[in-house]
Order: sequence, then structure tokens, then C-alpha cells
Amino acid sequence: MSTDTPANSESALSPEEVAELRSRVDELETELSTLRTEMDDDSKKMVIIATKGTLDMAYPPLILASTAAAFGYDVTVFHTFWGLEILHEENSKDLKLSSVGNPNLPVPNAIAALPGMDRMTTRMMRGKIEDNDVASVEELVRTSLDSGVDLQACQMTIDLLGYDEDDFYEGVTTGVGAASAFQEMVDADIQLLV
Amino acid sequence: MSTETTETLDVKGQNCPMPVIKTKGAFDELADGETLEVVATDAGSVSDIAGWADSTDGAELLDQTEASEDGETVYKHYIRKAE
Repeated sequence: MSTDTPANSESALSPEEVAELRSRVDELETELSTLRTEMDDDSKKMVIIATKGTLDMAYPPLILASTAAAFGYDVTVFHTFWGLEILHEENSKDLKLSSVGNPNLPVPNAIAALPGMDRMTTRMMRGKIEDNDVASVEELVRTSLDSGVDLQACQMTIDLLGYDEDDFYEGVTTGVGAASAFQEMVDADIQLLV
Repeated sequence: MSTETTETLDVKGQNCPMPVIKTKGAFDELADGETLEVVATDAGSVSDIAGWADSTDGAELLDQTEASEDGETVYKHYIRKAE
């Protein structure tokens, strides 16, 4: 079959069809370049939502956040409700352990509910933390900030609990809400609720 | 094996997650080809530092040793920054 014969009129494209194909090719090229950029972006991201403010529950988000930063992750921890206590410079040094509803403590609930019991179990726990060379909450907050972790304090709960922006450690991000946290979660490789 | 170290990081008496975090900080300060020695007492540092080196570009775990010094177990980790 000869290749130099002009295409017959039936298979020839109309100028409109050619224009349509061109614009489709442009569209696909844009899409491909967007995907390539996304693929080249090899920075890993983790987002943790920290909602608890007891002594025991302050540790997991801080330890994971600072560790992930050491692994080269871009880390955001969004603190909301009692999670704000971890970022509150004064309160973070005095977080409590609840003795009620914790079956791992050597006290029955009926006794655990007595006045002063939380203070006692907290003192016991603090003693163990010191004896075992575990870093303090304050040290982990500062280490996380120094490692580039973005520690965020939810604005709605700052207002709800009557805190002031100056109550938090220097370097803590304020003025953020659920939408910005959600947006970061969408982009993250790991999302955790603590 | 000979592990000529350039820098030594002492994290004795520190517990998870500090050995890994401080290792990362000291590693970042190394020049290419230099080796960091990390001295720790945290038993968890053995798997933690191995895992960190495995996931970190340019970090090559040369050796990990365990010895008893003054009645406590001391773990030494040798990490080289690839050239």
C-alpha cells in the first residue's frame, strides 16, 4: 500500500475535530505534569490530632512527633480540647494521671475516687518517669519544636477553655482550626487521632 | 572491624525517643564520609537507631556493640555519612 497518497476525505478530520483533539492533548499534558510534580515530591508528612491532656496521654503524640521529625517527616500536631494542656507552658508541667477507670493501677475504683487519689497516683507516675530517665513533657515539647514539628493549638478550644495565646510555649502555632487541620491530613501519609 | 569515629555523642541515661532524636541532630552536623559514634544505655536504642539509619538517606550503620561498663550495659552505634 502506498504511503504517499493523501488520506481520503472520509478519514480526514475537520478543523473543529483537530482543535478539539489539540485542546484535549493540552489538558492531558497539564494533568501529566501535575502528577509528575506530585510524584517528585518525596517529602513525607504525618499529622496527629492530640485530644488528651493527662500525663500518660501527653507522651504518645510528643514521642511520635519528635521521632517522625528525626526520620525526616514533615510533622504537624493539632492540639484540641484537653490536648491544649500539653502546649500550655504552665499546665504542661503539672499534668495529672487519673486514678479512676484505670485497671492497671493497684487501687480499686471505689478507693481511686476518693479525694487526693489523683495526686497520689500522679506523684507515683512522676517518680517512675524520673527513675526511668524518661524525658519530661516540657523537654519533649521543646525538642519537638526544635526539630521543626509544627505544634498547633486549636483556636476554637483556646477560646472555649478561656486560654490566652501567650499561655502557650513560644513557637506554638495559634489561630488554626479544623479546616486547616483537615487540609493537612488530606496531604499526609500518616494521620493519627490520640 | 575498624571503626574510626569522627564524633562521639553521649546519650547515656537518656531514654526513648531522645537517643534517636539526638543521633539525627549529630548526624546532620557530620561531613560526608565521617562516622558518628553514639553511646547509649537505652536497650531500645539498638533497634531504634538501626531502624532510623535504615530509613535515612546517606546513613550507613557500620556496627552496633554491647558491653558491660561499671555494671551497666552500654550500647555503641557507629553510623557513617555516605560520601
